[in-house]
Amino acid sequence: MSKTLPADSVGLVTPQTHHFDTPLPLDCGRELSSYDLVYETYGELNADRSNAILLCHALSGSHHAAGYHSEDERKPGWWEACVGPGKPIDTNRFFVVCSNNLGGCHGSTGPSSIHPTRGEPYGSDFPLVTVGDWVRSQAQLADVLGIETWAAVVGGSLGGMQALQWSIDYPERLRHAVLIAAAPKLSAQNIAFNEVARQAILSDAQFHGGRYYEQNKQPEHGLALARMLGHITYLSDDAMRAKFGREMRKGDGKLKFSFDVEFEVESYLRYQGRSFVDRFDANTYLLMTKALDYFDPAATHDHDLSAALAHVTARYLVLSFSSDWRFPPSRSREIVRALLDGDKSVSYSEIEASQGHDAFLMPIPHYQAVLGSYLANVAREVGV
Amino acid sequence: MAMRPDLEIISRWIAPRSRVLDLGCGDGTLLRHLQETREVSGYGLEIDPDNIVSCVKNRVNVIQTNLDRGLSDFDEDSFDYVVMSQTLQAVNYPDRLLDEMLRVGREGIVTFPNFAHWRLRFHLTVKGRMPMSGALPHSWYNTPNIHLCTIRDFEALCESKGIRILQRMVLDHTHRRRWPSRLLPNLMGEIAMYRFRRR
Repeated sequence: MSKTLPADSVGLVTPQTHHFDTPLPLDCGRELSSYDLVYETYGELNADRSNAILLCHALSGSHHAAGYHSEDERKPGWWEACVGPGKPIDTNRFFVVCSNNLGGCHGSTGPSSIHPTRGEPYGSDFPLVTVGDWVRSQAQLADVLGIETWAAVVGGSLGGMQALQWSIDYPERLRHAVLIAAAPKLSAQNIAFNEVARQAILSDAQFHGGRYYEQNKQPEHGLALARMLGHITYLSDDAMRAKFGREMRKGDGKLKFSFDVEFEVESYLRYQGRSFVDRFDANTYLLMTKALDYFDPAATHDHDLSAALAHVTARYLVLSFSSDWRFPPSRSREIVRALLDGDKSVSYSEIEASQGHDAFLMPIPHYQAVLGSYLANVAREVGV
Repeated sequence: MAMRPDLEIISRWIAPRSRVLDLGCGDGTLLRHLQETREVSGYGLEIDPDNIVSCVKNRVNVIQTNLDRGLSDFDEDSFDYVVMSQTLQAVNYPDRLLDEMLRVGREGIVTFPNFAHWRLRFHLTVKGRMPMSGALPHSWYNTPNIHLCTIRDFEALCESKGIRILQRMVLDHTHRRRWPSRLLPNLMGEIAMYRFRRR
């Protein structure tokens, strides 16, 4: 069944893959001798190559930020709300690039990819990559695309941290950094949630030390549990109350006195867990959560974030959401404070939103107005 | 676009290339003007979401902040001037905020509606109703202006805090400086403007 795609969508998009043969040194001390990055682009690069925006995806995201892979695709890319013609990240003005992070499971080289010499999947042998490694690989991609300087690097959640890392590692290669629902590092509570998620995967009998591909299976149960847990942290208490309350799946109101699905919220979480297993890889989940845990740009500067940011030259827009308890506004303010300490150019807004951490993906009017206004000025600045 | 006369005067008080923090910066008009005409750098603090959007459009660095939580994000002596225009009367602790202004800035600039202006006195005395005016357009029950004061009140507070007033300007209800408001500022002045520093 084909359908007409919405007019404010970038429409049909085709992912591209670039193969890199230059070895990539990694923070863990190892290197990837060769690797692939899969990415999508929307809009046109202008003649002086000044209008490119890099989008960084979150934990479970991918390179598919906007548009549809086919007319039959049920859901558009993960940031369809913000990316498209006339939208805050306006593809009529910007050339937008989004790549799948290394270690991912959507086409960039990761644990489920075939090792170049061994001829079997990397599995648990895939190195633990860091946010810094991702930025380094994306800089290689920028070279391939002929983009010397990004007009902006934009990301939400983990993607926001990646945008921050970009501004630290390649200050001369971006004009603006937009950090949405991010944090300068994870809290003990954040790491604790990640650890429970990892344990759910690692303790699944199907995990087989990460070499489960040989059985053509995956630790489905553990990965689903990890996703269920993660999902709870993306929603606010209010959002869950509004969406599910204590609604029962069967309307007769009688308790079953069993552990079957009874409440709507149980059904929803189980569905989220199940459907995640079909599109995600357990080893990638382990690796991405670890990259989050390790992210701490201040660590090499005596735990002084303003020192880590002393040399940055990008201008920043920092956004947070009032009901986000995973990376609450106070965490964004830590970044803002460090930027203020160094007299850096920064604007900050705390968006009133009930949806929790997931709000960064939603079409919230104030959010879109701030982001759109900021990027409209960026567009004028780079002459588009 | 003609700027509000009080903002015009404030910008004349601010030395070129200085660093300015604007508390309750509204749509960012003042900072934009200062950036464009005096090469001033700095930040605006604002709480209203629509104003945040306007500041971003005006290319003004704005930090969404509730001023009642103080200025703890800023270190001592970070700014040459801390400006607060038409906002003093709307915060919970105006006295503490004055201290904060002079902690993070070398000089403070404040403007506020003078509650002893003759029109407001007339409103209360003759009509027996809570005064309203161009500078104070809200009804008593929904006004953000919870700490209104007079020129004498403000100067008494400065005196008690050891704040030295460097400059005072009083504008009448047409936002001009004319002889009645110079002669009898607390009676004829509608807007009071001060530049001050620690003694």
